[in-house]
Amino acid sequence: MTATTTTTPRSGLAAGASRPGAPVRRRTWRLGDALVPVLAGLAFLYLLVPIAYTVAFSFNDAGKTNLVWRGFTLDNWADPCGAPQVCRAFGNSLLVGATATVLATALGTLLAVALVRFRFRGRALVNLLIFLPMSTPEVVLGAALLAQFLSLRVPLGFWTVVAAHVMFCVSFVVVTVKARVASLDPALEEAAADLYAGPWSAFWRVTFPLLLPGIAAAALLSFSLSFDDFIVTNFTSGTYDTFPKFVYVSATRGIPPEANVIGSAMFALALVLVVAVQVAGAARARARRA
Amino acid sequence: MSLLAGLGAGPAGAAGGAAVVPAPRRPTSRAWLWLLLPGLVYLLLLFVVPVVALLATSLYAPVPGGELGQYAPALRVANYADALAAFWPQLTRSFGFALLATLAALLIGYPMAYVIAVRARGRPLLQGLLLVLVVAPFFTSFILRTIAWRQILADDAFVVQALQLLHLLPEGGRLTATPVAVVSGLTYNFLPFMVLPIYASLERLDPRLVEAGADLYASPATTFRTVTLPLSLPGVVAGTLLVFIPASGDYVNSSLLGNSTNTSMVGQVIDARFFRVLDYPTAASLSVVLMLVILVLVGAYVRRAGTEDLL
Repeated sequence: MTATTTTTPRSGLAAGASRPGAPVRRRTWRLGDALVPVLAGLAFLYLLVPIAYTVAFSFNDAGKTNLVWRGFTLDNWADPCGAPQVCRAFGNSLLVGATATVLATALGTLLAVALVRFRFRGRALVNLLIFLPMSTPEVVLGAALLAQFLSLRVPLGFWTVVAAHVMFCVSFVVVTVKARVASLDPALEEAAADLYAGPWSAFWRVTFPLLLPGIAAAALLSFSLSFDDFIVTNFTSGTYDTFPKFVYVSATRGIPPEANVIGSAMFALALVLVVAVQVAGAARARARRA
Repeated sequence: MSLLAGLGAGPAGAAGGAAVVPAPRRPTSRAWLWLLLPGLVYLLLLFVVPVVALLATSLYAPVPGGELGQYAPALRVANYADALAAFWPQLTRSFGFALLATLAALLIGYPMAYVIAVRARGRPLLQGLLLVLVVAPFFTSFILRTIAWRQILADDAFVVQALQLLHLLPEGGRLTATPVAVVSGLTYNFLPFMVLPIYASLERLDPRLVEAGADLYASPATTFRTVTLPLSLPGVVAGTLLVFIPASGDYVNSSLLGNSTNTSMVGQVIDARFFRVLDYPTAASLSVVLMLVILVLVGAYVRRAGTEDLL
């Protein structure tokens, strides 16, 4: 459409040529025009139904087993620690997620900076080592770690879970931060060096603030991977309970509705956070344009 | 230093400037080693060494006359033959289910990615909202969502009864504990991993290329087949890998939505061998086989699709 407003003869010709064909094209387009959004709409519905179900059943007056609808209540929300095990498992998951995120983000960011900014021998090997954990199914990672922990007689618990989570999060951090490092102009660091900044202060005062959005995204990704992980956790945790593990184990006898409350509250919190980031981003883009 | 060089006179200064640029970086020239070392050592100790431990465990032999779960280091290659003979059906079923789930996720996920990236182009608010909906499942525990499916598809729940009333499902027919339930659970759980990379490559697609296709009298279908689809291929390759790899090792869906006999997958066997039977060598050799098969498949697939740089 913009072609008609430009004045070069070539695009004028192209726009003229496309005009007679346009009505015919419109008619054949119509089926696809309608079909694709309808298919996508159904797919979105498919994605969201179980979430709606989980949220709805957090309001179920269920007692101990949350299997059938027994009526609406706010009691579960008023006292999410009514089933104390749920709360303990949830607290453990938060602690594991936070610890693993800090460690994985630090290790992964350093790796990403090194991989993008420096050419060295064995770089391909390092890339392979980072790619491999991502292309290994969780059950293999869990089995491998358990085999090692068993043979070294490491007692399973909080630290083995954290160690395992850091391992599979690092690769995702590297991939996320790498994209951000690659988009930075190295001239900025050179300018800092030209202004007599040492490498250390150049990194902290120039590179790091520019990397921050990438690092934040990587940290969020790590936290959600760690928080929601079940399979690796199941292999490396021994008797230490996390939220997904608690839900899985209690699935056979019915999950207390408090678990749905915690799941729904996390969902609402994340949704608010993401929407706030989106709105702030849109506002910033509008301000830049104005 | 380069500042001083810049102040130097004429062409000599300019030539010197280019040579001088690396100079301030000299103190950092070994920096890459220090940046790499912590992460590399970590991955070495918690990925490479455990995988070696897994390989070693897969060759252990039971201690003669020992208790259950007592094994000694050995080179018992027969563990692999035994494990494959006993659990061949679960192994092939895992790859079959994962393949079906990957295809289903591609068929469902591509239109979603297309609508977000192409149809919603230029409407950032709508695009943002749809993207939030795609990642929304990540915000609720995936086990809670899988259990929600189990309850939605349960025998005495609305869906099954409605289907039976409409004679779409035979009397006494069920949805849970079937391969269909497991595959649809796998599809559901990994669908966002398909949508996001395809979205990312469609988003980068220059709309003028599609307009050019139309200007050259290609039908929309032809334009899609010859322009849009090939350009979104990197996203499709990444998405299929991100679905296939976790789906083939998953056992949450098969144990929550399936039953033990005709839906069990290799992950379930590995878990049960480790924890219930304390048969570490079998569990380890099945894990090694699973890992090797996936590496070979992924390598062949990526090479065929011509997207090695994806790695």
